[in-house]
Amino acid sequence: MSTAAMSTNPLARLSRPAWVLIILSVLAVASVVLFMTLGAKGSWSFILPFRGKKLLGLVLVAYAVAVSTVLFQTVTNNRILTPSIMGFDALYVLIKTSIVFFLGVGALTSISSELQFIFSLVAMVTFSGLLFRWLFLGEERSLHLLVLVGIIFGTLFRSFANLMQRMMDPGAFNVLQDTLFASFSTTDPALLGISCVIVGVVSVVGFRMMHVYDVLNLGRAHAINLGVDYKRTIAIILVLVSILVSVSTALVGPVTFFGLLVVTLAHSLIGNSLHRFVLPASVLLGIIALVGGQTLLERVFAFDTALSIIIEFLGGVVFIALVLRRSAR
Amino acid sequence: MPALIAAFFVTIALAIVSLFVGVSDVSLTSLLSGGMDGRPGEVLLISRIPRTIALVLAGASMAISGLVMQMIVRNRFVEPGTTGTSESATLGFLTVTLLAPGWPLMAKMAVAALFALGGTALFLRVLRAIPLRDVLLVPLVGIMLGGIIGALGAFIAYRANLMGSLLAWNMGDFSGVIRGRYELLWFGLAGCVLAYIAADRFTVAGMGKDFTTNLGLNYRHVMFLGLLIVSVVSAVVLVSVGSIPFLGLIVPNLVSMLIGDNMRRTVPWVAIGGAGMVLACDIVGRIIRYPYEIPISVVMGVVGAVLFLYLLLRTPRGAK
Repeated sequence: MSTAAMSTNPLARLSRPAWVLIILSVLAVASVVLFMTLGAKGSWSFILPFRGKKLLGLVLVAYAVAVSTVLFQTVTNNRILTPSIMGFDALYVLIKTSIVFFLGVGALTSISSELQFIFSLVAMVTFSGLLFRWLFLGEERSLHLLVLVGIIFGTLFRSFANLMQRMMDPGAFNVLQDTLFASFSTTDPALLGISCVIVGVVSVVGFRMMHVYDVLNLGRAHAINLGVDYKRTIAIILVLVSILVSVSTALVGPVTFFGLLVVTLAHSLIGNSLHRFVLPASVLLGIIALVGGQTLLERVFAFDTALSIIIEFLGGVVFIALVLRRSAR
Repeated sequence: MPALIAAFFVTIALAIVSLFVGVSDVSLTSLLSGGMDGRPGEVLLISRIPRTIALVLAGASMAISGLVMQMIVRNRFVEPGTTGTSESATLGFLTVTLLAPGWPLMAKMAVAALFALGGTALFLRVLRAIPLRDVLLVPLVGIMLGGIIGALGAFIAYRANLMGSLLAWNMGDFSGVIRGRYELLWFGLAGCVLAYIAADRFTVAGMGKDFTTNLGLNYRHVMFLGLLIVSVVSAVVLVSVGSIPFLGLIVPNLVSMLIGDNMRRTVPWVAIGGAGMVLACDIVGRIIRYPYEIPISVVMGVVGAVLFLYLLLRTPRGAK
């Protein structure tokens, strides 16, 4: 290829990350369009709002999971841990269950779902903050220990929630089940409005800190040396992460490996770890995986909730590969 | 030795308590007044005694299989639940239920055991790919491998409308145990006896392949015997009562903290401890929400996770 031809073509000057972002955007838009139109029969005035709500839910989840995972990995300075592997979404389920268990089913039916959501958010931010502080800000611990502890904490939270669910009376359990039983094909529509607002606020706060993230990637000592108020920054980012995890868990329930899958793929496609590329790439990949995957499963293969199973399978494979590669070095 | 006898009697006491806890009234006075032909006698013979025997057998054999696993993998934090063994057994049981639903339970159990053997072998194969073996990396890889196999099972079950059965198999529960529905668990006892006889071999195998060969033992045979015990026990327990989390991990570790790692000495302790722990958790599950029952795997999940976290977070201070 001649250099003259390259310099006249403006597209050729784009860097690899820019190319990746452009292609991912096209794919994301394509999945959204296909999701809205494929197999649509009947009047559009019904289909558009009906599928639109579902779409909004999926996009919100993709966004929340991708951003929270990237930020969490930045804070913990590793590429293997994610909030859901550390048991954060199991914690959300536990908090929700405890509310019904200790305050009674009246608490669920008498308070509006937005207020409940905010209440569980506050509890979630408090508890995950404490857990995180204890695990990460104390003595130095090995990454493998943290992952294992996180997984076992997840099991503990799930078992505890399970125990409480079996101890409450069946009526209360049914009400709770309704608020917890969500999946990719049935996102909770009641929470869409407030989720949008919350995600919006979190994004604004997060975006204003954009310049700090790449500095944090250099590690704790360098970041402090370069003038970052380390403890305060970490605390803020963790609050953002906890809120995003709560939003996604409230909308679709726990998904252990989705974040890991998307962010790992984003890193390897982009080829560097600059947040202005990795963040949008992760979000776009999340949208492609969720919206595109859901379209494929619902319209082409005609079975729906199995998307989470497939993500779990692929995520497990990627995780083992990551861990093996790390220890092979 | 006196301590061992004391532990034995505590477990016996738990087993006796287990006989008399439940919705249907069974007590010494009602037994004496009604005799063995009355309703309390019937409940005792058909439900309570089988349940208690099943608890003892399942507890002891799961704990022993965890111990054997830890010896042959040379890692403290492995057990059938963190090596993909349980999930593979479940996958095998699912496969045979789908393809040959008419087979007797014994044959289904054998298929589940074969799958468990295959899954564990796969785990060992993956482990060999890790040059630097971190103590914590081994269970981590095992849990993930179990997750992948579990997802495969969930995928098949989802398509075949067997999600309900899968959930039931993953949820260990002794409430369904009655006479005629637990006898396979005696195979677990055979596994325990075998483990006791071969205890010294496992201790030697735990020191490595070269060391074992040097002492004139066939390393591969010992490994295979160990894997066989673990797989059969996992399959038997799965088919009879469903999987019980953490048991094989917690009990041997607690025993090792108390009396050390000589397997010949630890086997009886681990067996008695496993039986005792399962009995205690099942009794708790039966009375905490009386008259309803909570499956043992839920109780064990909470107790086991707390103890596992304690074991994990305790080690750095001692080891470093």
